[in-house]
Amino acid sequence: MLAIISNVLRASAQRNGAAVITSARTYADFTTQATFEIKKCDVFKLDEGPATQVVLTRDEGLQYYRTMQTMRRMELKADQLYKQKIIRGFCHLYDGQEACAVGIEASINLSDHLITAYRAHGYTYTRGGTVKEIMAELTGRRGGIAKGKGGSMHMYCKHFYGGNGIVGAQVPLGAGVALACKYQGNNELCVCLYGDGAANQGQIFETYNMAALWKLPVIFICENNRYGMGTSVERAAASTDYFKRGEFIPGLRVDGMDVLCVREATRFAADHCRSGKGPILMELQTYRYHGHSMSDPGVSYRTREEIQEVRSKSDPISMLKDRMLSNNMASVEELKEIDVEVRKEIEDAAQFATTDPEPPLEELCNHIFCDMPSLEVRGTNPWAKLKSVS
Amino acid sequence: MRDFHRSAPAAVQMTVRDALNQAMDEELERDERVFLLGEEVAQYDGAYKVSRGLWKKYGDKRIIDTPISEINVLLQAGLRPICEFMTFNFSMQAIDQIINSAAKTYYMSAGLQSVPIVFRGPNGASAGVAAQHSQCFAAWYGHCPGLKVVSPWNSEDAKGLLKSAIRDENPVVVLENELLYGVPFEMSEEAQSKDFTIPIGKAKIERQGNSITLVAHSRYVGHCLDAAAVLAKEGIECEVINLRTIRPMDVESIETSVMKTNHLVTVEGGWPQFGIGAEICARIMEGPAFNYLDSPVTRVTGVDIPMPYAKILEDHSLPQVKDIIFSVKKTLNI
Repeated sequence: MLAIISNVLRASAQRNGAAVITSARTYADFTTQATFEIKKCDVFKLDEGPATQVVLTRDEGLQYYRTMQTMRRMELKADQLYKQKIIRGFCHLYDGQEACAVGIEASINLSDHLITAYRAHGYTYTRGGTVKEIMAELTGRRGGIAKGKGGSMHMYCKHFYGGNGIVGAQVPLGAGVALACKYQGNNELCVCLYGDGAANQGQIFETYNMAALWKLPVIFICENNRYGMGTSVERAAASTDYFKRGEFIPGLRVDGMDVLCVREATRFAADHCRSGKGPILMELQTYRYHGHSMSDPGVSYRTREEIQEVRSKSDPISMLKDRMLSNNMASVEELKEIDVEVRKEIEDAAQFATTDPEPPLEELCNHIFCDMPSLEVRGTNPWAKLKSVS
Repeated sequence: MRDFHRSAPAAVQMTVRDALNQAMDEELERDERVFLLGEEVAQYDGAYKVSRGLWKKYGDKRIIDTPISEINVLLQAGLRPICEFMTFNFSMQAIDQIINSAAKTYYMSAGLQSVPIVFRGPNGASAGVAAQHSQCFAAWYGHCPGLKVVSPWNSEDAKGLLKSAIRDENPVVVLENELLYGVPFEMSEEAQSKDFTIPIGKAKIERQGNSITLVAHSRYVGHCLDAAAVLAKEGIECEVINLRTIRPMDVESIETSVMKTNHLVTVEGGWPQFGIGAEICARIMEGPAFNYLDSPVTRVTGVDIPMPYAKILEDHSLPQVKDIIFSVKKTLNI
């Protein structure tokens, strides 16, 4: 019966081109949802953990695929532009870690809050920034998400507090945002991210204490990509069980390369916070393909074999693609089409980012203070009197 | 007999990075109590490669990779640590220890406990590293009694001042500059010696002149020399002073120069309020040189804003050579 319908649709669609044939297939041929078995999380100070049987719908799968692919291509384009010296300064790329940002966002709302460190381009995107604005910020143009004044490490959007350059400093800030949520009773929470390198910073332990004491709705997330710049976790930490380092805060260790694992764990963590139980800590085991930054080749402290092995066995995008294809949730052509669309979006954004003009000089002194009527600012010499407006 | 055949001293070209490396290598060899610790200083050869080769030569005991914990600047009883900050922006995580534990301890203990420690790393603006990675800390550290603060410009400065800092019994902050690391400078034969040190607290006249005095530290010494070369074509002869030490500042050298030239321009990368130039102005007014000034002192500084990322904005946030030339002419009323 279905075959007859699809044949009829196909015949009528032939005149309208391939796109219509694809969408004709949507209704007839694909599984709309499937159940998957995911890796069990290690738990700490918890009686139970996130579910291991999860449902993924076709729409969700396509959305996660598109988002991760967009992030991947965006970072690779940034690599290219950096090598062409169109992006300058610091540039810390996120490729390999896409499942973390996408999985987290899948289980929170845009009305929740998020803060992270400097490997932030992916989160700027999942939190609502456009590829165009992000790339133009990297190239330092007026169309950038921070008008060209912040650069790679200082991108912000609604309920996304950057983009922070000083290792670990964002963690106390994240707890502060959570305090505001509790204070205002708005049922929102704050996702507060940091890396394995930052996990040894004292300010993080001070934050754990206050968050637990005051039962703040904060999800601490340690993105453990095994290396703090050039220092492997074994050389930096007395305990590499980052999900246990909260001592009195319950913890989960999650496969950060599997978007479904991250999503499920975040769902579990968000429920925990919103039920008033206080903070929870998630360690996402993930991996970055690039070095620490564009000035780090990334192979002096790890082998090319290791990088290649992760790429071939645990790539988050490949994993999702395989799941969807083997469960008939999408076709190869369909995913290829998404790839083509993504590539175009990135190209257009890069085009914008390289042709948009730099910020005007009048912008130099603006935004020093908030709500100040026009303020005079000293330039490089006493005769250079510049102006600042808020 | 060889002295008779001696020709001009054999100078070599050496980058600031290599000069710093050589200084540490020589001091590590000379004194067993000296060791280096910091993020990525050992196996990575240093974030900016300043400690390249040292871990291979001296091993785990003398060259130590630390986790990202700046605050662990410990009182190393009996030892002489060199603590590298990947940049001085990160030193703010440890600034309580630098000031309250390192700088003040000798005073609080009435001379019982000395703190022979060196804090070194890149300071000030780099290229495109934005607001949180571009601050100059010369004024912050220079404010505190008990701390010595040096700011080398060229390779000889770097080597001589770092060696002096390591040998000094006091806590010394060595403010390097990332943009200078790769720049080669001439190293005199004297500077190539294993015992070459530059005294802390003494400025150097890099260029003699009669029209006006320019005082700067670190990278801006180079800018002043460039400005001086341009101004010389118009008959304005600048005397350029390389401060070398921020604290204790060699005010006497500045005064002597001002009493000759009658005009003073200070140049720094840091912000104007409560900065190096501001201190120099105050000291000049308090001393004999004030009566020799024909015009007020001019300060050339960074713009009073957090550092923007976009190139065009960054370029306009820091003193350019043309700003120095402009300021000289305004000060001389030309």
